[in-house]
This record gives sequence, C-alpha cells and structure tokens, in this order.
Amino acid sequence: MKKEFFEISKLLKKNSKVLDVGCGDGELMKYITENITENVRGLEISKNNIQKCIAKGLTVIEGDAEKDLRQFPNSSYDFVILSQTLQAFLDPENVINELLRVGKKAIVSIPNFGHWRVRLNLLFKGQMPITENLPNEWYNTPNLHMCTIRDFVNFCNKKKIKIDCPNLFYVNLFSELGIFIIEK
Amino acid sequence: MNKIDKVKKIIVEKPLKLDCGKTIKDFPLAYETYGKLNDRKDNAILVFHALTGDQFASGTNPITNKEGWWNYALGPGKAIDTNKFFVICANVIGGCMGSYGPSNIGDNGKPFGTNFPVITINDMVNAQYNLLDFFKINKLFSVIGGSMGGMQVLQFVSNFPEKSHTAIPIACTASHSAQNIALNELGRQSIMADHNWMDGFYVENKKVPDKGLAVARMAAHITYLSKKGLQEKFGRKLQERDDLKFGFDADFQIESYLRYQGSVFVDRFDANSYLYITRAMDYFDLTKQFNGNLSKAFEKTNSKFFVISFTSDWLYPTSENRDIVIALNSISKDVGFIEITSDKGHDSFLLDVPDFLSAVKNFLETSYQKLK
Repeated sequence: MKKEFFEISKLLKKNSKVLDVGCGDGELMKYITENITENVRGLEISKNNIQKCIAKGLTVIEGDAEKDLRQFPNSSYDFVILSQTLQAFLDPENVINELLRVGKKAIVSIPNFGHWRVRLNLLFKGQMPITENLPNEWYNTPNLHMCTIRDFVNFCNKKKIKIDCPNLFYVNLFSELGIFIIEK
Repeated sequence: MNKIDKVKKIIVEKPLKLDCGKTIKDFPLAYETYGKLNDRKDNAILVFHALTGDQFASGTNPITNKEGWWNYALGPGKAIDTNKFFVICANVIGGCMGSYGPSNIGDNGKPFGTNFPVITINDMVNAQYNLLDFFKINKLFSVIGGSMGGMQVLQFVSNFPEKSHTAIPIACTASHSAQNIALNELGRQSIMADHNWMDGFYVENKKVPDKGLAVARMAAHITYLSKKGLQEKFGRKLQERDDLKFGFDADFQIESYLRYQGSVFVDRFDANSYLYITRAMDYFDLTKQFNGNLSKAFEKTNSKFFVISFTSDWLYPTSENRDIVIALNSISKDVGFIEITSDKGHDSFLLDVPDFLSAVKNFLETSYQKLK
C-alpha cells in the first residue's frame, strides 16, 4: 500500500465514521476497514474502480464529488478523506467547503508544487515539471489547480479554516506531498 | 389451466387487508424455490418479479417450457448462486401463474374478471411476507428485484425493516413517473379496445382479447430497449424480402420482431392480469406514503442497500434510482450505488450484462461473508 495511505490512516480514530471521497479502487478503505474502523463509505466516479470496491466488499456510491457530496448530511462523518484529487476539481474551494460541512474533520492530501525538484525543473528547464507525483504533460494533466503546501496553508488561513503545519518553509521545500487535517 | 393447478402454492389463511379497503383470506400464493435452505436459515433470498414475470425465475418454466426469466442471473454458480443461497420467488397477487388473480374463480363460480379488487405493490409485498412464516425464516439474507421487482424491494424493506440483511433494488423508482403511467395506460387502452375483452369477462364468454394484449406488449417492449440497441440490432433491415412491398405487411425486421413478441406473449399472459399489475405500478408512490419524505420509508431499517441502474434505461432512468440513494444517504443508511454501462435499455437487468452480473455476485458474496 502507498505510504501516503499509512500516514492518512494514522490520523483516524478507532471506530470513527469515515468517508473516502474519490476512493479509487478502495485500497485505503480496505485498510481502514480491517485496521481502524468498519464504518467506512466511499464516493467514486470511475465505474471500473467501483466494481473493484464492490469485489472488496466496500460500500461505495458512484458519483462526482463536485456535485454529489450535497446529498450527505451535515457533520455526518467524523473524518472525510480527499487524497490527491483537490487540484483536479473545477471548483476546489467548493469541494473543501463541502468536505468541511459533511465531515467534522477533513483529511486532505495534495501533491506539492513547491517541492525543490519541481522548482528546479521550472527554474532550469523552463518547462512544466514532470515528477513521480506529477507524471503528466501540461496538455493532458487532470490537475487544473496545482498549488504548493504554502498556498494551501495560506488559503486555509484566509478562509478561517483550522490547519496545522509547523516548519512551513522546510516542509514546502522538501515534501512531495502534503497531508493535512483541516476543520472549520 | 390444468398445468397451473399443479404449481407449488401456499394458501394464505390469515386475512390480508388490501389498500383498496377489501380484505381477502384463504387465497393462493404460487411460488418456486431454488437451492437449499441451510440449517441456520440465514441464506434465504426473496426475489421479486417484474410486470410480466412469474415464480419461475430460473431453469425451465414448466408451464411455458421456456427458460426462466432470470436465467442469466440466477442458478448454480451464477450471480445469485443457488449452490450457496436458497432463493424463493413468488407469483405476485394479481398475476396469472397460480397466485390469487383475476382469472381465479370467485364466489359466484365464475372467473373474477374485472370484479377482482385493484391491488397495489404494498398488497403484493404483504402477501409474499407469508412465505417467511411458511419457511420459518426469521430474517432473509436479501431481497432482490428489478423494475416492478425493485419497487417491491423498496416496499418490503419499508414494511418489514428488520426482515432482510441486504436489499438490491434494480432499475426501478420510488414513485412511478407520469411518463410510465402514460405508457401503462397505452397498454391498458389497447386491451380494453379489443372487442373480445368484453369488460373483462372474456373467459366466461370464451373469448381472448389477444389482439389488444399483443399490441400492449409490442408498445411496452419498445420501452424496454434503447434507441441505440434497436438501431444496432435491426436498423432498417428488411424482413425476408429484397425491397419494400408498398403495403402494410411487416417489411422491416423490427416490425416482424415486435409482432412475434406480441404473439408469444398472449399465449402465456392474461389480459386482465396485465391491467391489474400495470395499475399497481402506477399507484406506487413510496414517497407519498411517507408524506413526501422518502427517507422516512427507510428510517427503521438497518439493511445494507445496493442500488443499480443502467445508462440506457429511459423507463427507470439513473436519476430516479439515484433519488433512492439520496433518500438513504441523507439519513446515513448503508447504501452503495452503481450505474452499469449498457446499450440494452431497461431490459439490461434480464440480459447477459457481465458488469451487472459480477456486481450483484460480488455484493452478495462479500455481504454474506460478513454476516458469518
């Protein structure tokens, strides 16, 4: 399993209620179900992935996070997870608001556009960076709203969303991925 | 008719108050079973059939000698695996395969015809609930059905919230739409316009409104398919001729196909049953039963739901299936949902659609493992 998923799982509490938004093939959900809490649901847009989730015995609803989070009641989950998809939404701000409405807390991970390798790429090559976490060309990337860890922290501060990120300078330079717990 | 007398049935002695106000008792309910009920009695599945279905979901239908209507999904090793599960399927009341219906003989010694009471989806489900007592099953593992069968799934869980661990409503709705009522009315008017219908008393007059019933079936059959599916299968292909004949014979293959569908249907289905069952579908409005709040229908249940729709189903479109998901989700019930890609229209749930069949199989088997 991806290291990111272990890190996200560590942030969850035993027997809490968890919604995984954009749950993919259910790898993280399965790990959470087996190790942390059985009360896990998923929302996923790809039919192929949903089939994989069903085969794992997971409860998943086909839907698009940009419009289908609306049907979930306020504060109905202890944790809502959004792993590396925020940058792909048309309206990420709306999605964040929905995550914070549905979840008491949200766990959001973002690929960091401020990592030193990305910075060097742009500085020396003068072209859009291609790295392990950002494997696509500018013309076929699903990532519409790339940001750095610093951008995301600034965004949360501006919107009065609680976020904790010590050593921001260091983290923004050396982390390929940012994982945050945010709450209203 | 003699053959139908031999199908398995229970006589429901307990009075059943119908939605129309009438109470019935000592009425027959025909059923069939597949697989074996285990010692723990935890592997039973109640399958609900659609408008023109019957209790013979799998294997060979002994009355028509045709394949069971859900042969693709139900049987040994199939999606609903009868090596593992005990499946019960009953003929709905109002039907014509041995259950209490308009062709049964009434107190006056004549077939009921249109003296038969109007029945509802709720009545159908309440009648079938008696099968749990008959088989001494405390809690079903699942209730499953497509189309009108899916409506029965929703009504069953609403009426008996603690009686099934899982529920799979497929290609259905919680509230029959104006378009669907209109299409059903088209079929009913076609039957009633046949002069052999005789206000519903055709049996005692030794007539059969077969023309009207065939047209009703032809019209309905179109609604079960998709435009794309029809175009791919038939296009403008001609029926055993090289050119148009400038007449009203079946020039096109699609015409010939529909005529055939109509003609085989009248051999196996009763015109009055068609009227009564379509009426029951039209009256179905679970949302209205709960004063406009569909979520209330599911408030008391802890069943695990799996809702399935099909991309090309315009009769019970994804949006109407999704409304069920939203109602369940808004009260945080356990609900999964997938829309299966298929060009086969509403009929997809009856056909060989591998993504659909594997989803049902995986859901049932992983859910059953968790039960144990």
